[in-house]
Amino acid sequence: MKQRLIAAATLAACFALPAAAQQQLTIVNFGGANANAQKKAYYEPYEKAGNKLVTVEYNGEQARIKAMVETRKVTWDVVEVEAPDAVRGCDEGLFEKLDYSKIVDKADLLPAAVTECGVGMFVWSTVMAYNGDKLKTAPTSWADFFDVKKIPGKRGMRKGARYNLEFALLADGVKPADVYKVLATKEGADRAFKKLTELKPNIQWWEAGAQAPQFLVAGDVVLTTVFNGRIDAANREGRNLKIFWPGGIYDLDYWVIPKGAPNKDASLKFIAFGMRPENQAVYAQNIAYGPANTKALARLDQKVLDDLPTSPANAKEALQLSVPFWADQGEALEKRFAA
Amino acid sequence: MDSTMQGHPRPPAANGSDLRRALARAEARRKWRAFSLTLPLLVFLLLTLLVPIAALLQRAVENPEVAAALPRTVQALAPWNRQEAPGAAAYGALGQDLMQLADSADAGAVARRLNAEMPGARSMVMGAYRARPFDGPAEAVRARLLDADPRWSEPDIWRAIAKNGSRWTPDYLLASVDLRRDAQGHVERMPEEQRAFGSILGRTFSISAVVTLFCLLLGYPLAWWLASLPERRANVLMILVLVPFWTSILVRVAAWIVLLQSEGLVNRGLMGLGLIEQPLALLFNRTGVVIAMVHILLPFMILPLYSVMKSVPPTYVRAAVSLGSSPLAAFFRVYVPQTYPGIGAGALLVFILAIGYYVTPALLGGADDQMLSYYIARYTNVEVNWGMACALGALLLAATLLLYGVYRRTAKADLALG
Repeated sequence: MKQRLIAAATLAACFALPAAAQQQLTIVNFGGANANAQKKAYYEPYEKAGNKLVTVEYNGEQARIKAMVETRKVTWDVVEVEAPDAVRGCDEGLFEKLDYSKIVDKADLLPAAVTECGVGMFVWSTVMAYNGDKLKTAPTSWADFFDVKKIPGKRGMRKGARYNLEFALLADGVKPADVYKVLATKEGADRAFKKLTELKPNIQWWEAGAQAPQFLVAGDVVLTTVFNGRIDAANREGRNLKIFWPGGIYDLDYWVIPKGAPNKDASLKFIAFGMRPENQAVYAQNIAYGPANTKALARLDQKVLDDLPTSPANAKEALQLSVPFWADQGEALEKRFAA
Repeated sequence: MDSTMQGHPRPPAANGSDLRRALARAEARRKWRAFSLTLPLLVFLLLTLLVPIAALLQRAVENPEVAAALPRTVQALAPWNRQEAPGAAAYGALGQDLMQLADSADAGAVARRLNAEMPGARSMVMGAYRARPFDGPAEAVRARLLDADPRWSEPDIWRAIAKNGSRWTPDYLLASVDLRRDAQGHVERMPEEQRAFGSILGRTFSISAVVTLFCLLLGYPLAWWLASLPERRANVLMILVLVPFWTSILVRVAAWIVLLQSEGLVNRGLMGLGLIEQPLALLFNRTGVVIAMVHILLPFMILPLYSVMKSVPPTYVRAAVSLGSSPLAAFFRVYVPQTYPGIGAGALLVFILAIGYYVTPALLGGADDQMLSYYIARYTNVEVNWGMACALGALLLAATLLLYGVYRRTAKADLALG
C-alpha cells in the first residue's frame, strides 16, 4: 500500500513538475549594467508579485531564436532585441504579433516604440565620450574624433560598420538629417569608408559594451564611441567620464515573444508589467536609458532626466538610427567593412 | 594442387573443403567481431562528422526561398531577355504569388534571400507584401507595385528574382571566392567594393603562416633540448609544456589580455627597464593575436618534433663531426634533415589548427585581424545568412583538405594527423 502510494506520488510529481515549470518565464537580456537595471525595475518586483522568472543572457544572436522557431522547441519566452532585429525577425516570422490591448495604451509610448512584433522598452544612444580627468581639450564636434592632430591618441570604436559610418559622415561635414540619404548612395558609402579607413591606424576596436569605458579609464584611448548607459554606470563607480551628445545615434531595444513560445499569455502579462510607468521610471533611475513609456518621465527628478538620451538638450542634435536603412543595407555594408 | 580447386570434389577432398569453409567462416566471424567493435566509432563519426558536413555542403548550394514562394513569377520571367524591365505579365504573376503566400514569414524569407543578392530588396518585397491585395489585370498590379516602390520599374530586382528561380545555386560558393554570375549567367569577378573574402582568406593564411613559423622557431630548439636530456628530466620539463596545453583557451586568452594591455606586466616591465618610453600597442591588433596563437599552438609543434627527435640516433652527428664536419654544418646537414617528418607534421598540425581559429582573434584582434571563422560565425549568428555561412565553411574545409593533399604529395610520408 505504502509502495503504491509512493509510486502514485512520484507519477503525480512527474506530471505536476512540467505544469509548474510552464508558469516559469524565461526572460532573455543583453547582460551587464542594463540587465542589472532590468532586474531591479522589472524582474524583482514581478517575482515579488508571486511569479517565477528565469533570466538568460545572450549577445543578440538571432540564429538562436531562428533555430528554436524552426525546430519548434522554443524555450525563451520574452527576448530583448535591437531595433533592426525586431523588424527583420518580424518580417521573417520569428516573433509573435503583439496584441497591444493586453500590454499598454499605444498613445503613452514613444511613436518608435510601437511595432508589430516588438514593444520598445527603452531608448539608448551611441555617443562620443572621454575621460574628464585625463583629456585637457574637450572635443567639440565629430570632426575632432577623426582629427588625430588636434587631439592625439587612440580612438575606441565598436567593431562593425553600423554607427561608425554615420559618425564618419558627420565628421566629414554631413548634416545629421542628411546622413542616411548620403549613405544610401554609392558615393556616400565610399566617402564614409574613406574617412573611416583614414582613422583606422588609430582605432582600438571594442565589441562588448563594457570594454569602451574600460579603455577610457585605463587610458588606452582618449575618445571612444560608447553606449551612454555604460558611461553612466562607470560614473556611478566614481569615474569622471564625459559624454559629447550632439551626433549621438539613438535607438530602442524591444521586447519580443518568439513564435510558438509556450507561455504567450504570461509573457504578455510580464511585458505589460514592465511597460507600466512606475516600473519604467525605476529602470531609468538605475541606468541612464530613456523610458519608452512617456508617462514615466513625470516620475523622474531633473538630475536623472538630464542624463537620458531623450532629454531635450541631449536629443537636440541627435540622430535616430534608421532601421529600414540597416535592414536593407546592413549585410552589404558589414561585408565591405570586413574586407 | 588441391583437387577442390580443379572442380572435382571427391569424398576426402570434400572434408578438406569443409574445413576450409569452416575456417573461412571463423575468419569472417572474427572480422565481423573486430568490425563490430569499431562500429560505435563509425556510427559516431557518421553522425557527428559526415552527416553534418554533408548538410553543410547542401546548405551552401540550396536556394529554396524564391522558387518556393514565387513560382509563377519565375515562370513568367523565363522568356525575359534580362535587359530592361519585364512586361506586365511578370508583375501580374508576382501579384498572384504574393496573394498565395500563406504567411508573412514566407515573404520575409524571400525578402532576406533577395536582399543578400541586391541590398534594398528587403524593403521592396516587404513593401509589396504589405501593399496587398493585388487583383485585376496585370497592368493594374503593375501600377500598384510601382506605387508601393518605384524601384519595381527597374530591371535589377527582376534579375535577382530570375537568377534565384532554381532550387540550387552556385552563388554562395562563388561569393565565397569573390565571384558572381552576371544577368546572363556568366561568372565574373565581384565589383571592387563588394570583394571581401579573398582578402579575408589571404589574411587567414598569412596569420597562420606567421604563427607556424614562430612556433617552429621557438619549438625546434626546445624540442631538441628536451630530446637531448635524460628521460627523467625531459619528462619533468615536458609537463611544463603540457600544463598550458591542458588549460582552457579562454583562460589563456584572458591572461594575455592582462599581460599585454598598456598598463600590463609586459609594458610596465619594458618601461621599467627603460627600453621604451611609451607603452607598446600589443593588444587588439595583429601582434596580440600572433603572440597568443603561438603560445596556444606551441605544444602541437613541440610534441611531434620531440617524438621524431627521440628516434634520431645521436651517432650520425657524431660520425659527421669525427669525419671533419663543423658542428654547425653537421647539425644542419645531418641532424635537421632527419627531423623533417617532425617539422612537416608539426607545421601542418599548427597551420591547419590555426586557419580555423576563432576565439583568440575575436578577443585579442582588431577589425582587420579577424579570420575566416569569425565571418562564418557572423553570417550564422548576426546576418542569419546560413547559405553564406555554409559556403564559407566549405571554403575552409576545402582549403584544409587541399593543404593536407599538397603535404601528402610533397612529403610522400604516411602521416597520421592527431
